Amino acid sequence: MSDSVDPMNSPDPVEQTHGPMTGIPALAQAVSERKTGVASSVLQRIRDTQPRSSRLPDATFRVLILLTAASVFAIVVFVVWELVDKSRLSLHQFGIGFFFGHNWDPVNGDFGAMPFIFGTLVSSFLALLLAVPLSVGVAVYVTEMCPIRLRAIISFLVELLAAIPSVIYGLWAIFVLAPLLRDYVEPFLAKTLGWTGFFSGPMYGLGMLAAGIILAIMIVPIIASITREVLTAVPQNQREAVLALGATRWEMIRMGVLRNARIGIVGGVILGLGRALGETMAVTMVIGNRPEVAKSLFAPGYTMASVIANEFSEATGDLYLSALVEIGLALFIVTLIVNALARLLVWSITGGTTGRARA
Amino acid sequence: MIRSLRVILCTILLATCALAQTTLNGAGATFPYPIYSKWFSEYHNQHSDVQVNYQSIGSGGGIRQVQAGTVDFGATDGPMTDEQIAASKVKVLHVPTVLGAVVPAYNIPGVTQEVKFTTEILAGIFLGRISNWSDPAIAKANPDTKFPNQSITVVHRSDGSGTSYIFTDYLSKVSSDWQGGPGKGTSVKWPVGVGGKGNEGVAGMIRQLPGSLGYIELIYALQNKINYGSVKNAAGQFIKADLDSTTAAAAGVKMPADFRVSITNPPGKTAYPIASFTWLLIPTNPTDKAKGKMVKDMVLWALDNGEGMASGLSYAPLPKEVVDKVKAAVNQQVK
Repeated sequence: MSDSVDPMNSPDPVEQTHGPMTGIPALAQAVSERKTGVASSVLQRIRDTQPRSSRLPDATFRVLILLTAASVFAIVVFVVWELVDKSRLSLHQFGIGFFFGHNWDPVNGDFGAMPFIFGTLVSSFLALLLAVPLSVGVAVYVTEMCPIRLRAIISFLVELLAAIPSVIYGLWAIFVLAPLLRDYVEPFLAKTLGWTGFFSGPMYGLGMLAAGIILAIMIVPIIASITREVLTAVPQNQREAVLALGATRWEMIRMGVLRNARIGIVGGVILGLGRALGETMAVTMVIGNRPEVAKSLFAPGYTMASVIANEFSEATGDLYLSALVEIGLALFIVTLIVNALARLLVWSITGGTTGRARA
Repeated sequence: MIRSLRVILCTILLATCALAQTTLNGAGATFPYPIYSKWFSEYHNQHSDVQVNYQSIGSGGGIRQVQAGTVDFGATDGPMTDEQIAASKVKVLHVPTVLGAVVPAYNIPGVTQEVKFTTEILAGIFLGRISNWSDPAIAKANPDTKFPNQSITVVHRSDGSGTSYIFTDYLSKVSSDWQGGPGKGTSVKWPVGVGGKGNEGVAGMIRQLPGSLGYIELIYALQNKINYGSVKNAAGQFIKADLDSTTAAAAGVKMPADFRVSITNPPGKTAYPIASFTWLLIPTNPTDKAKGKMVKDMVLWALDNGEGMASGLSYAPLPKEVVDKVKAAVNQQVK
């Protein structure tokens, strides 16, 4: 260590090329700032030693970057403003009851968002329930156990899943998944788990269960590839340390890898959830599009994104349109709440500290 | 220097193009889009100075755009309501162009014959009162067909659509319970069943679900060779929908002066009962007189020359006497 140069204590080459006139005051200032903060003093020194002409690009760059960051705020504010403004009629008519109303009757102008909020949440969480174990399993296998040659193939296939357009998923679900569910899976579930009440009623093949499964398939690539990246980022010596303590392979993965990577995995899950909440086309094609709150997963449901996509183009009447925009507002709020809860979850896992391996 | 010259030349070229050609903007119903796009491209071939740009954004969008005056003409599958007309800044004439019909399509295991539907059966099934194919009401209307003991799954459109409007308009006319319950509209609160997106979604679900019954556009059923049933009309005859029986539905109806008329369940022995006009919405007093004149010419041309192209695309043409009435109204009312 003794032969390495400490940048704070020795005059660096930049100063020497500029001569004593600029170098000495800069150095003095740097020394005086040592206590307040290393990073800022280094920046200050760089700034002071730069010729004036190169400061302008820096300033311009800073403003530009600031603008791009600010544009995110501007877009969010604008979206919220538009949603509130355009749904004013419906907000005024139904008040807060809109979010809890169960009726959706365009003919008589009575609107409530509950069945759609329910459908969005249930289908998304069902998707997470199925997708998270699957994607973490895929990622663990690929990073920890897989032969190199197979690794490339599996990774490619997982990423291929992400590239398939959602309408293709929807068609596949109608023609392949739904008949499978109707003829084999649903009768089996009804026989074995029918007593719970979650798997009962007529079996259409289409419905909440089909929507959850198709969403799960669609978010697996997102969660799996992020988890894979995070697992790869876990330092090799963590694994070696755990193994050296006499852990089995499973214990090594559990304690040495997954534990370190948990924040990154949660991050991937949140991204997947975001996709599931907003997915429209594939869900619309298989969920059955029936606005009701049913306990059984066999029953058809409806999601917020689907009802907007389905009814917006033919919506006549101001109140009807306004109610549809308010559904958009509800979707925005639900997404916000779910994301906030997920953030809280991350905090509670980490106990406020940052993790070692992040996405 | 050469570069700027080139820019100027291009600008002049573009400007002359724009001068020589006027674009008429229209928007609205998706159902007549194939026939409209054929008309408009044919019209452009014959009148190179007029280009018609029609966007099939849906009837609701068409009505809104024409109300706001952002398009030169609109199009809709369901006529504007009195409130919509009162709220509109632009006064419009409803111009019927072609006819569409909606047919009941089904998937009943073991049944290959054509199923006959009475009004009671259709309303009963869609209200959820008839829930099994072995129901005596169905057997009574179809004495020669053996129905299985199979529950009925109703399939309806999930997207707002003119097809749903025609079908629910029919149900409202033949069933007071339907009228007092779900009512008529592009989207309604369906008492039973599952929703499919678009004709293809409904047809796909019918194919997939044994025991299902849904409704689809006649055109879609004809082009995709989907089996559908016949429906009992007001004269008591079971009529299978085709282009002739659809045109016949318009022939027996008394036309009001503004052409906003529902022709579901019409009188007439050969009329198919679930049919409707689709309309162009033409501003009667356009702000841009030159464009207004072009729209008027184009509509009159379509009524004269377009009806003959309709059946080639599986649309039912208007009856001759309706065409004459509509032409007279366009000539008289559109300034």
